[in-house]
Amino acid sequence: MMGANSSRHAVLWAFGLFTLVLIVAPLIFTSSLAISVLSQIGCAIIICLSFNILFGQGGMLSFGHAVYSGLGAFAAVHAIQLASRGGLAIPLVLIPLVGGLASMLMAALLGFVSTRKAGTTFAMITLGIGELVAAIALMFPGVFGGEGGISINRVYGMPFFGLTFGPALQVYGLIAVYCLVCTVAMFLFTRTPLGRMLNAVRDNPVRAEFIGYDPQRVRHLAFIVSGFFAGVGGALMAIHLEIVTGADSLGMVRSGAYLLFVFIGGAAFFLGPVLGAVLMVCSTVLLSHFTKAWLLYLGLAFVLMVIFAPGGLMGICVSVVHAFRSGRVRRNMGHCLLLCMAAVPEFLGAAALIEMTYHLQLEGDFEPTLHFLNFTLNVHNAVHWTVAAVVMLVCAATVKYALTELERSK
Amino acid sequence: MSFEFLAISLLNGISYGLLLFMLSSGLTLIFSMMGMLNFAHASFYMLGAYLGYSLSDTMGFWPALVAAPCVVGLLGATFERFVLRRVHAFGHVAELLVTFGLSYLVLEIVQLIWGRSVVPYGLPQSLQGPLFSLYGMQFPKSRAFIMLVAVLMLVAVWLMLKRTRMGLVVQAALTHPQMVEALGHNVPRVFMLVFGAGCALAGLAGVIGGNTYVTEPGMAASLGSIIFVVVVVGGLGSLAGAFIASLLIGVVQTFAVGLDVSLAQLLGITDSASSLLQLSISQIAPILPFLLLVLMLIVRPRGLMGRRGE
Repeated sequence: MMGANSSRHAVLWAFGLFTLVLIVAPLIFTSSLAISVLSQIGCAIIICLSFNILFGQGGMLSFGHAVYSGLGAFAAVHAIQLASRGGLAIPLVLIPLVGGLASMLMAALLGFVSTRKAGTTFAMITLGIGELVAAIALMFPGVFGGEGGISINRVYGMPFFGLTFGPALQVYGLIAVYCLVCTVAMFLFTRTPLGRMLNAVRDNPVRAEFIGYDPQRVRHLAFIVSGFFAGVGGALMAIHLEIVTGADSLGMVRSGAYLLFVFIGGAAFFLGPVLGAVLMVCSTVLLSHFTKAWLLYLGLAFVLMVIFAPGGLMGICVSVVHAFRSGRVRRNMGHCLLLCMAAVPEFLGAAALIEMTYHLQLEGDFEPTLHFLNFTLNVHNAVHWTVAAVVMLVCAATVKYALTELERSK
Repeated sequence: MSFEFLAISLLNGISYGLLLFMLSSGLTLIFSMMGMLNFAHASFYMLGAYLGYSLSDTMGFWPALVAAPCVVGLLGATFERFVLRRVHAFGHVAELLVTFGLSYLVLEIVQLIWGRSVVPYGLPQSLQGPLFSLYGMQFPKSRAFIMLVAVLMLVAVWLMLKRTRMGLVVQAALTHPQMVEALGHNVPRVFMLVFGAGCALAGLAGVIGGNTYVTEPGMAASLGSIIFVVVVVGGLGSLAGAFIASLLIGVVQTFAVGLDVSLAQLLGITDSASSLLQLSISQIAPILPFLLLVLMLIVRPRGLMGRRGE
């Protein structure tokens, strides 16, 4: 009983903190870029959490999740156009629900086909259906806007309690409220019988079937729930950006990004996708400005994580906390310090090598020097290459040594 | 629809289908052997094309035709040995994920080395020009060459699996890995060799497909999803199914690309304003494989020749 109570308290604290962050964030980061990034994060959180209903909780590796977020966005755009022409009086605050319902219907239909199989087959089928929808979208420019997409004006109709949703901050407020409500709803979903059955079907479908649940039906229902939230997120994204294009919002690249970042965040934890969503927006908006090699870093981080840290960043955090609590850190202070001190230069050395390679390939002929942190590196100087490589290798060996020692003292 | 159009389209379709089969046979071999899906299979195809392009420049096309697949196979085997084998303990989803990550990395590295635009990977002198022409429609030599290589490869793989001792071990490791291990064969090494061989097949397809079609960074993404369709439609793990499905998809798609009549004309409707019916067959060609996938899943979820109904 104590355990249940304290975990309930922890959950309440976590959601309280989340609300606080949603309120405080726009007060600290006030620039228009920051508000835009925060809004995108809000939408991405909803979509990544909805993806994780399938992936983390249902064991369904979907390669076509952008279909549902993208169709939600298109439904929202058309609903807004209809409403501003005076066809149907839907206030903007309800548009995300329109997107959600549209995606939910689509998920009910397509889920019937895709959830007939589980495992790797499911992955291939969702990929095929994703490609199908993306290709169909390009064939109907009247509905999906073709290459240029569809632009909208989100300011229409009567103000809602004095809010016109013209200013970016008001849209952020709308997104924040939806983000909080959806997050709570999806958390509660994990506690429903359906959510629990979903975990059971993930872990052992034969056994779930034996006790009287049809695994395919459970998967299908979860698919529909996931589709609804993806649609809400996509619709909010369309409201924020005021434009939606088929190639960008429905395609394989987008679906792949959801998978990549949810995994990096940590699919085994409810809050993992939240972390993944923050990273997704930050790296696409910010990291791509800093380095041309950001996709390579992303791919490397992902592959290394699959190999060494299947729990994602959240998993790493949890195991670090465990190590502190169990006293392993105190007992092995030396090795822990060594690990931390070697890991940073290892990554910096690797990053220096990657940056120099990209620089050499892209503009080495015109400009041999590049700035990396506080150093000026010359791509034609063999010493710079050697130093970076040696730093990386020596630190990698140290990290490996520290990790083996830590493992041994378990 | 004239007879010559029919004949040439059929030949083009079969050669494209055979190329698809070269890719899907490697994928199927790896899948049925190790139970895992290699998401990066088309990336190895792309590597084959780019390596074929670079090696052709230095050593000529014919040596490159042998060397490039070998390099690709070696890369594949290395990846299996040092990455996949580690991940194997975490299950199939982790294996799928790590190959998904690999496809990102290969794309990025290819763009880093060879740039982001199309590379001028041309046909060798001896494969240029038409092989024959039928009533004014020409059938290129390069397509015929693809057919030849694919058929040779098919025969070679079949003989290797059915007629050699090594093939016997591979087939046995497929169904009874513990038993084969107990008999003293190194099953992990067999896995590594099969994975390398599958990748080499993809590389070979890349060397001959790259100059017949086009060599650019998007080639893996555009073909990758098609070969998954082939594998699912054919029935997971069935080589015969993959063969039928590749030919089916190759022929259907080639015919569709060549047909410039709208759906409305085809159905005999003259006064239709519906945008769906105004689309020409060639416009809907790209989605046909995926439509086939969906139809197949509704009618027969285990695929044409699939045995298991997971």
